[in-house]
Amino acid sequence: MAKQPVKNKNPFAGNWFLTAGAAITVFMILFTLLGQIWTPYDPSLPDENAMSLAPSPAHWFGTDSFGRDILSRVMNGAGTTLLIAFLVVLIGGIAGVIIGSLTGYFGGVVDEVLMRICDLITAFPSILLALIILRIMEPGVKNVVWVLAILFVPSFARVVRTEFARCRTQNYVKLARLQGAGPFRIMLRHILPNVWPVLLPAVSIGFNNAVLAEASMSFLGVGVSASEVSLGRMLYDSQNTILRGAPWYALTVGLVIVLMILGFSLLGEGLRQRNR
Amino acid sequence: MRYIGKKLLTLLATLLAVSFLSYAAFEMIGDPVATILGTNATPEAAAQLRADMGLDRPLPLRYGEWLWHFMGGDMGTSYIYRLPVREMIGEKLAVTLIMTLMAVILTVAVSVPAGAWLARREGRPVDKVFTVLNQILMAVPPFFVAVLLTVVFGLLLRVFTPGRFVPYTESWPLFLFYMIFPALSVALPRIAMTTKMLRASALEELGRDYILTAYSRGHSRRSALKAHALKNAMLPVVTFLAANAAEMLAGGIVIEQLFSVPGIGRLLLSSIGTRDIPVVEAIVLILAVWVMLIHLIGDILGQILDPRVRL
Repeated sequence: MAKQPVKNKNPFAGNWFLTAGAAITVFMILFTLLGQIWTPYDPSLPDENAMSLAPSPAHWFGTDSFGRDILSRVMNGAGTTLLIAFLVVLIGGIAGVIIGSLTGYFGGVVDEVLMRICDLITAFPSILLALIILRIMEPGVKNVVWVLAILFVPSFARVVRTEFARCRTQNYVKLARLQGAGPFRIMLRHILPNVWPVLLPAVSIGFNNAVLAEASMSFLGVGVSASEVSLGRMLYDSQNTILRGAPWYALTVGLVIVLMILGFSLLGEGLRQRNR
Repeated sequence: MRYIGKKLLTLLATLLAVSFLSYAAFEMIGDPVATILGTNATPEAAAQLRADMGLDRPLPLRYGEWLWHFMGGDMGTSYIYRLPVREMIGEKLAVTLIMTLMAVILTVAVSVPAGAWLARREGRPVDKVFTVLNQILMAVPPFFVAVLLTVVFGLLLRVFTPGRFVPYTESWPLFLFYMIFPALSVALPRIAMTTKMLRASALEELGRDYILTAYSRGHSRRSALKAHALKNAMLPVVTFLAANAAEMLAGGIVIEQLFSVPGIGRLLLSSIGTRDIPVVEAIVLILAVWVMLIHLIGDILGQILDPRVRL
């Protein structure tokens, strides 16, 4: 053995994007998880003596018009957004992998039909589609998750399908088939591990789009319901405080969203560079 | 030409499918009679109104009639406002279209020179700084740009009055000035993405043999890029831009809300809320036409840039 196997190499070494992305993402996840068990103040308790305060040592990011601590609200509310994004990517990703692997491996009429449906869905900007569907339905976390998950399926199905269609004709798959492996064993044990490198960047992009979609939709009042607290909902609440000269609420919420998206997009970029 | 004809046919077929699906879907979700009369209407009155509005006839027939009138420019009458839909959406459509157009122009005007400029400086400190900056800008959602612009230019510098909108019927220059901020909000992340993409594709082109030939004929890196590489580097960017223009159209809806721009997005959302189906159907169909036209223009431009491309 003259050469060390490449996979033992530290993936973070020399990959600035991956390192920074991982650091920001881990920080944001910890920040959000902490917000579910502990916050500096009660995130939903109004305080008549502390309404619309500017940032100060007592309230690092100020208070909203009900006197609630903005940092506490954001720490807590980011959980809803993160949960929505996680579920959307999980459900959409699993469905996308199943559809993509079946259609890519077997091909044929079903493949044609499903891919045309995917084309039809992606022909229209997905945020617009989600807006229209959710405006018709009742607002709420559950509906947001389902609508976004379904709309996100094509983006995963497409990358998985391409990989499966490519691998199907490769020698290791032919060999496995000659050895008597069934189609599902081949798909699961032989091809699927090779799909991860293209799936992971798609997952990070999907995560971003889900965070952005939740924020946009709740901001427009069609996302989570009024009783649920999410980043988009807080953006909605903070809308009129901007013009009243108290922009820190909107700025704080926006900053958290930017950090979340930045973390995932750097991770995705780092993963893509690693694949090269 | 044959290529464009074929493309147009597919486009028409897709539009027909989209229009029928949306027509049928909206028919199912909202009974306009219940919306207009309220919940405590007598069955007789409801049946009467249904017959008056022609709702008692089969769906395919009504769809055909609607589409026929639509193509003739008659978009029907709003259930809620009793106004011709055309009148209700005309000005708002123009506002949204101009905003999107400004965003697209901004994106092209900034990212093409910036991408080429960075490609010529590959590996230098300035390139590295901008690569990082670009990556950050890509992560900033339009609404956050909008909040920042409002805070900095509206509240601190007082360049514009936040929450104000000047219709173009009143003053074109003021209207365009006020539209710059929403357009910029929509465009900024796209500018970053396009710059990054153009830089990468220009670098790929600069490494090819024909550029070496160009150098040997005395071209500098700059003139080789301008005369030869840029045109080829634009090819993937044009398709990317088309997809982005469609996204910017959709993203504009959020921005309209933040800047109180009376565009089509706000009307769409409020009309779905009141189940004002004729307005919703008209807007959805028009947006679908726009999105597809944008993609078609992208395809045609790609064809002009590289005549070998056949889809």
